[in-house]
Amino acid sequence: MALDVEQAGDHDPIKAMAAGARRRLRWAALLREPGTALGLLLVVSLLMAGLLAPWLPLDDPTDINLPGRLLSPSAEHLLGTDHLGRDTLSRTVHGARMTLLAAAITLVLSMSIALTVGMLSGYHGGWLDSALMGLVDLLLAFPSLILALAVAGALGPGLFNVLLAAGAVWWVGHARIIRGVTLGARQMEYVTAARAAGAGNLRIILRHIAPNILGPIIVIASLDVGWIILGIAGLSFLGLGAQPPTPEWGAMLNDARPHLQTSPRLLLIPGAAIFLAVLAFNLLGDGLRDLLDPRTVRPGG
Amino acid sequence: MAAYLIRRLATLPLLLLGISGVSFVLLNLAPGDPAEIVLRQRNPGQALNPTAVTAMRTELGLDAPLPVQYVRWVSQAIAGNLGRSYVTEQPVARQLARRTVPTALLTAAALTLALLVAVPMGILSARQRGSPVDTVARLVALVGAAAPSYALAYGLIILFAVKLSWLPAFGYGSAAQVVLPAIALSLAPMAQLMRLIRASMLETLGQDYIRTARAKGLSERTVAFGHALRNALLPAIGATGVSLGYLLSGAVIVETIFTWPGLGQLMVGAALARDYPVVQGFVTYIAVVVLLVNLIADIALRVADPRLRFGREGM
Repeated sequence: MALDVEQAGDHDPIKAMAAGARRRLRWAALLREPGTALGLLLVVSLLMAGLLAPWLPLDDPTDINLPGRLLSPSAEHLLGTDHLGRDTLSRTVHGARMTLLAAAITLVLSMSIALTVGMLSGYHGGWLDSALMGLVDLLLAFPSLILALAVAGALGPGLFNVLLAAGAVWWVGHARIIRGVTLGARQMEYVTAARAAGAGNLRIILRHIAPNILGPIIVIASLDVGWIILGIAGLSFLGLGAQPPTPEWGAMLNDARPHLQTSPRLLLIPGAAIFLAVLAFNLLGDGLRDLLDPRTVRPGG
Repeated sequence: MAAYLIRRLATLPLLLLGISGVSFVLLNLAPGDPAEIVLRQRNPGQALNPTAVTAMRTELGLDAPLPVQYVRWVSQAIAGNLGRSYVTEQPVARQLARRTVPTALLTAAALTLALLVAVPMGILSARQRGSPVDTVARLVALVGAAAPSYALAYGLIILFAVKLSWLPAFGYGSAAQVVLPAIALSLAPMAQLMRLIRASMLETLGQDYIRTARAKGLSERTVAFGHALRNALLPAIGATGVSLGYLLSGAVIVETIFTWPGLGQLMVGAALARDYPVVQGFVTYIAVVVLLVNLIADIALRVADPRLRFGREGM
């Protein structure tokens, strides 16, 4: 939608100004909602922490120091140390890097599958559509974490295998939404016009249909990151994902299980980190959905 | 209704074949030879003997082509035989049966708790939109959707079992031991159901027949509970079926934390040990349960909503 406005505006300065003002207004509205603003703030801090982790003045997250194990928070170790004497603050911050990287890879993987299946299904129609959507219905009926667990179990433990497993099950619901949008766009007059002008299938898909899918994709992706973080950390917590000594939040929780009585802090810190990260992306996603998806006009609001 | 039921029941076996087939192929495409996995499980630390591997492949029926193996598995599964665990060598079907009751107890307790909180809070927050009640309900929904069940579970254990010693943290057998895992498991579906009931109640309250009821001079109470509630709760019936998926996914993690001897714990152990017959049996079993519960939810929805029975019989 936003793309159409911009393109039209290139030819008409007044329209361009109006469109610019409208856009500024909408982005300002995004920040006026306190929940969304908080989400954006948290997401930006998380991204900064993840990107800058290796250059921040932190201890090595994998540096084992057995004499200094299970230390309480102090000036030297702000969040204390874990069962191998590693600095908890450093592991938590590096965990953000790991988590974001894992979520990004899963998102790209599942979105690629969803886009391929959804657009193929919606654009081609017919038997291919029936077959692909049959598969989608089949997988939708099944709890995704359990399917991911089965795939991860088949591939064996490891962070990369968990990413593959999560990506392999996560695309299902999105493929259906993308199919719907593609189907709607395909019936537009400008697509018929493009076809009459001799455009090939690939050109029509990339130039005329893809822009329609951009809005829903941004919304789905931002709402999704939270779920992906929860799922991957959950699989790591069960011992299937990140393996020691990788600093990852789910694996940190798993490591801390025997120290529940003596150092509950080791469970609470990564737990809180996961919670805040998921909350941040959910808040931002909700805000973006209200902004970008005209279908969610709330009744009476 | 009868035609609908027959059609739905007829597609069930197809769906089951599909899901079990997908998981069968995935497990068999995975790198690593199951025969080697079994031998490593049974004789840890010993070097693999190629003749023993070949003999084990024959014993497990792995020398047959994949389609043959699958047909063999399906025909045995129909007779109730899901093979034997690689690790414990016990029949998978018996293991699944033994662990069903604990998981059913836990999910039923969690679902009851979720509904007990979500239904009244969802209705109340829709009726008093923007009020403090609404704010609290939306906050609970937000936190519930973001809180990882594993972190929440440990928070509960640390607070109620370690610090206050009010409730036992681990184990299975007494009523007190259900409380903490049920709370940990209920939060995610609770948040989802509350969100849904609030949205559906708001939508229903904006309908024409509600305006008519108000115009007749009925009290706000009668309008809400006599007219709106019935329709507003319809989506919740379908969502209860869907939240079973969340509950079973969550049970995998919650059971592991609370050492609850249910299906989830069995599955995690099997996935970690690459005990394929157990994974395959579990996936198929869960598929049966999920499909049946969704079918029951759909039928309940049709019984409760005449529009579905008469309006769109073709669906």
